[in-house]
Amino acid sequence: MKRSTIVAARALVVMSIVGCNIVEVNARPVSYKLPDETAAFKPGSNLEIVQSNCTACHSADYIKTQPQGPKFKKDFWQAEVTKMIKVYGAPIEDEDVGRIVDYLSQTY
Amino acid sequence: MMSRRTLLRGGAALVAGSGGISGSSLASFAAETVVLPFENGERPIVKYPQKRRMIGLTSRPPQLETPFAVFNENVITPNDAFFVRYHLADVPLDIDPDKFSVEIKGNVEKPTKLSLADIRKMPATEVVAVNQCSGNSRGFFTPRVAGGQLGNGAMGNARWKGVPLKTVLDKVGVKAGAKQVVFGGIDGPVSDKTPDFAKALYIDHARDGEVMLAYSMNGEDLPVLNGFPLRLVVPGYYGTYWVKHLNEINVVDSIFDGFWMKTAYRIPDNDCNCVEPGTAPKVTVPINRFTVRSFITNVTDGAKLKAGGTTLKGIAFDGGRGIKNVAVSTDSGKTWETARLGKDFGKYSFREWRMPVNLSAGPHELKVRATSNDGKTQPMEALWNPAGYLRNVVETVRVTAT
Repeated sequence: MKRSTIVAARALVVMSIVGCNIVEVNARPVSYKLPDETAAFKPGSNLEIVQSNCTACHSADYIKTQPQGPKFKKDFWQAEVTKMIKVYGAPIEDEDVGRIVDYLSQTY
Repeated sequence: MMSRRTLLRGGAALVAGSGGISGSSLASFAAETVVLPFENGERPIVKYPQKRRMIGLTSRPPQLETPFAVFNENVITPNDAFFVRYHLADVPLDIDPDKFSVEIKGNVEKPTKLSLADIRKMPATEVVAVNQCSGNSRGFFTPRVAGGQLGNGAMGNARWKGVPLKTVLDKVGVKAGAKQVVFGGIDGPVSDKTPDFAKALYIDHARDGEVMLAYSMNGEDLPVLNGFPLRLVVPGYYGTYWVKHLNEINVVDSIFDGFWMKTAYRIPDNDCNCVEPGTAPKVTVPINRFTVRSFITNVTDGAKLKAGGTTLKGIAFDGGRGIKNVAVSTDSGKTWETARLGKDFGKYSFREWRMPVNLSAGPHELKVRATSNDGKTQPMEALWNPAGYLRNVVETVRVTAT
């Protein structure tokens, strides 16, 4: 693309942004609004424990998009929950770990 | 060629319950989905401020993938189509560029805070460079691995403008004994127990004159979700080093041992940076330069074409040596012909290629294979590592000519 057409395209982008009143380009300060979260955990036993432990740091689609199938059940989710605790410092009570792993391997 | 519309699937069921979206009409609205070509590959099409309709991977923190058709439109990826990747959910949403500053500290003569205005006054430089997520294409790994399940759209090519990191480091005076430079951004974790995102480069790399503090992308301010108002640009290196909302530059006299360098973003330390599928490497090193890749962009898998002459088109790139040649096969890799390369935007850019081919009636497996100027090329069979990084197998597009 020639430089002139790039510039034209940019102008359109700026216009559309200003027109939608989203964010002020080249004006300051900038305030950005993230869209509402739409992903939700699937129903299942221990759902509330999962919601209260997992959603503080990330949305439910982090779980929904992982590989699925017989090879991605208990061992896979146990490793993920362990990683959340040991690596990312998730404050999950010992008694909840098994419940969360059960929910994840039964539901996804 | 399959149009983007045919890839979109109505997902009316997903809309139920989302009636509370405010009048902005800009909220993420899962009215449509796209199916990436691997198991569990259904994703919502989402609309974020400053972005066109993108493939939604996760919403908090936000991760957006570029619809692949964008790569056929232009060698430069538009800002509103550029992929987004965050690790941690405390994303800065209110940024005042007049109050923004980046602190340069540590093993330096004159620790300094530079405002955005200070940086914009310094002599600027530009580079066209690909940014690619380390986990781009992870969804195609066999066997599958945990992590962001991306198709091929976590990459993009932009013209970055800013100040060489070298200029800034020279200004503050790096003291003898400096080993690495550590970079941090405004974004951070929700919990103070989660390791904050920080990346490190060796001092010689940091002072190579190419690593840049960029405030402009394709002639505009950076989009918020791409690091406004300032991000690190590390040409040829995976996106994990391109720290967004850059506000901290720390020169250290040791090898930085933070989680995101020492434990995460590691690849097997051997010639192929790979291991037998399903096994773990004994020794690892931090991920670094891109592997060489190429794609056909104007024909999608499963497309029905007219038999006869047609021109295939696509892109190729590597970790900074530049593309030497691109070869195309229309017979499943039995024979190859050299494509014509497009305009050269520099060794860090996507390089376009074109190849006139003649397709007889029937099915064809189209393949494309790039070789970089240091002789590196793409493997015919995919290499594997447990984190799902570095994918660069020769891509195959199956078409039927009638």
